[in-house]
Amino acid sequence: MEPLTLRYTVDGDSFTTAGEASTDMKRSLKRIGADADLIRRASICMYEGEINMVIHGGGGQASVTFDGQKMEIVLTDRGKGIPDIEAAMREGFSTATQEVRDLGFGAGMGLPNMKRYADEMVVESKVGAGTTVRMVLYDDPQRNA
Amino acid sequence: MTGCDALKLKNIMEILEADSLTGHDLLDAEVHSACGSDLMSDVLAFVKEQGMLLTGLCNPQVVRTAEMMDMRCVVFVRGKTPGADIVDLASDGGIAVLTTPFRMYEACGRLYAAGLSQED
Repeated sequence: MEPLTLRYTVDGDSFTTAGEASTDMKRSLKRIGADADLIRRASICMYEGEINMVIHGGGGQASVTFDGQKMEIVLTDRGKGIPDIEAAMREGFSTATQEVRDLGFGAGMGLPNMKRYADEMVVESKVGAGTTVRMVLYDDPQRNA
Repeated sequence: MTGCDALKLKNIMEILEADSLTGHDLLDAEVHSACGSDLMSDVLAFVKEQGMLLTGLCNPQVVRTAEMMDMRCVVFVRGKTPGADIVDLASDGGIAVLTTPFRMYEACGRLYAAGLSQED
């Protein structure tokens, strides 16, 4: 399987285009023949992260690398940061506006979902400076066995 | 997934008295399970099997969510008709789009009664 390196700039001003990077990543993974379960887990992680970057981070940069066994997704924004990461990781905790909730997101499931589907996840954030989410996923056929 | 029967999209159209907006070539495709939600993060968190999404939301993220979950079809309830941008996005992703006049409760009930299970 050919290795994959992808870079995206996520537009923080458009909820309409949010998810374009995730769609492209998913199609790229399909093209190289990555495992279907890995593709789905990675797609959810990337998509939730991309949505978070748009609704909280004002956009940012996303990178994806995959060597056939290990995938790393790094999402970096220059938004307002997360004051309490532990709280943000709890299901249901949200600081999203009603407008975002009306669009079907912002229910406090984004980061918990990403943690659920990634094999490893680290969130680093500084208030006023931004947030970096680093996720690692492995092609492990036994995961859902 | 529990004890479900597969339904073809064309059968689902009849059950829901739905119109097809795109994906006409997919109407012979089978769906094994369905999920009704207006909360996309719930769909992303709990849906496991390929299936279809019924929703009252009408924005592009509905289609993006369905594509992330390998769903074959999105059904807009309460007679909502998505804009061309949403329909085009679904078409590009190989996802059929239906619109039914029924509200979420009745649409889901009709499919459940026809043997289509929920996601497990």
